[in-house]
Amino acid sequence: MSNYDVIILGGGPAGLTAGIYLSRAKQSVLILDQGMVGGQVILTHAVANYPGLPELSGYKLASEMKKQAEEFGCVIKGNEKLISFDLKGKKKIVTTKSGEYSSRAVIIAVGGQPRKLGLESETKFQGLGISYCATCDGDFFTGEDIVVVGGGNSALEEAVSLTKFAKTVTVIHQFDHFQAYAHAIKEAENNSKISFIMESDIVEFTGDQSLTGVNIQNKKDGVITKLGATGAFIFIGYVPGTELFKECVSLSDRKEILTNEDMATDVPGVFAAGDVRQKKFRQITTAVSDGTIAALGVMDYLNGPDPDKI
Amino acid sequence: MTLDTNLKHVETGDALTELINSKENVMVCCGRMGPMCVPVYGAMEELEKSGDYDGVQFADMLFDIPEAAIIRDLPECASFRGLPFTIYYKNGKVAKATTSIQSKDQITAILSEIV
Repeated sequence: MSNYDVIILGGGPAGLTAGIYLSRAKQSVLILDQGMVGGQVILTHAVANYPGLPELSGYKLASEMKKQAEEFGCVIKGNEKLISFDLKGKKKIVTTKSGEYSSRAVIIAVGGQPRKLGLESETKFQGLGISYCATCDGDFFTGEDIVVVGGGNSALEEAVSLTKFAKTVTVIHQFDHFQAYAHAIKEAENNSKISFIMESDIVEFTGDQSLTGVNIQNKKDGVITKLGATGAFIFIGYVPGTELFKECVSLSDRKEILTNEDMATDVPGVFAAGDVRQKKFRQITTAVSDGTIAALGVMDYLNGPDPDKI
Repeated sequence: MTLDTNLKHVETGDALTELINSKENVMVCCGRMGPMCVPVYGAMEELEKSGDYDGVQFADMLFDIPEAAIIRDLPECASFRGLPFTIYYKNGKVAKATTSIQSKDQITAILSEIV
């Protein structure tokens, strides 16, 4: 078993920032990420509002954060599948597919993942008509009829963006109103290529080798209608990656980790930072802030008279 | 033009043909520096670094260069509508092709099956 002062679960902006602060404070730090280190920010084509930096890609920003953390001494392991945890005691134990690690404190910063509809046919047609990235795959649908699922800012902004390629864009939303900002709604409503189907859910994606249509159920009368579409872009928000931690720390009813203002959970020595915790705003800068506070909270905990009493 | 990765870059159709004819197992990820592609390059870099697949040549190719038609126009990719296009070659022939983002586990499963 390898021992560290602190193990950080998640290598996005929150986890990397915490790693930078802790390793600068001469703590031995291990950062484990189940996917590629960088978190959701690597899925962003352009970050234009990170203070002090000109517009750059999310991948570049995450790479710089990772490099900085490594230079200060963090050990960083990506694609490390988490298997189990024992976080209750003074000695925290994390087991992954490739090994067992222990530490005196843990920061959970695993972020979230794009929410999926959860239909079997959704998996079947991923990459064959279904996409979660308009800027990546929009040009595959030039001159075609497509649908966008969702009613928030991402859905409406991407629907407008997709009209550069598609012949028509039908926005399908489960409610009778949108959750997006007024300007995003107005821009979508004013676009002649966009139409709307409200209070409806997609219940099935259809096609053979690739997507050719969707079955849409009206939530009021239950009637199912078929709509031809060769593309479906899904933007229905994010889910926190807390499934693995539900037995370890307290979660909100939205499955987000509950913390105090120092990012401490209800388990001594276990902290949470970034999109995984209950909060209102989720930005790169707020994740960085969370990571900083969590690191300082961990230092307080480790330097306290008796960590178990905090 | 090449991608900003640590993988071997393939820039021409001839180079790809030579590569797949000289190596028994070749995995080529054809994409952009985009959200769905970058995680695949990352997984490939880790697999290459791990040494567990020394018999596999990992490489990438920029999707938008004309020479990438050698991948874009493969019959196995005819129905693909999402980046990246990832092709697994064995003895110069396409053994498997996938579209869109793939996890390290998914890639490992395919490599284990093919290699």
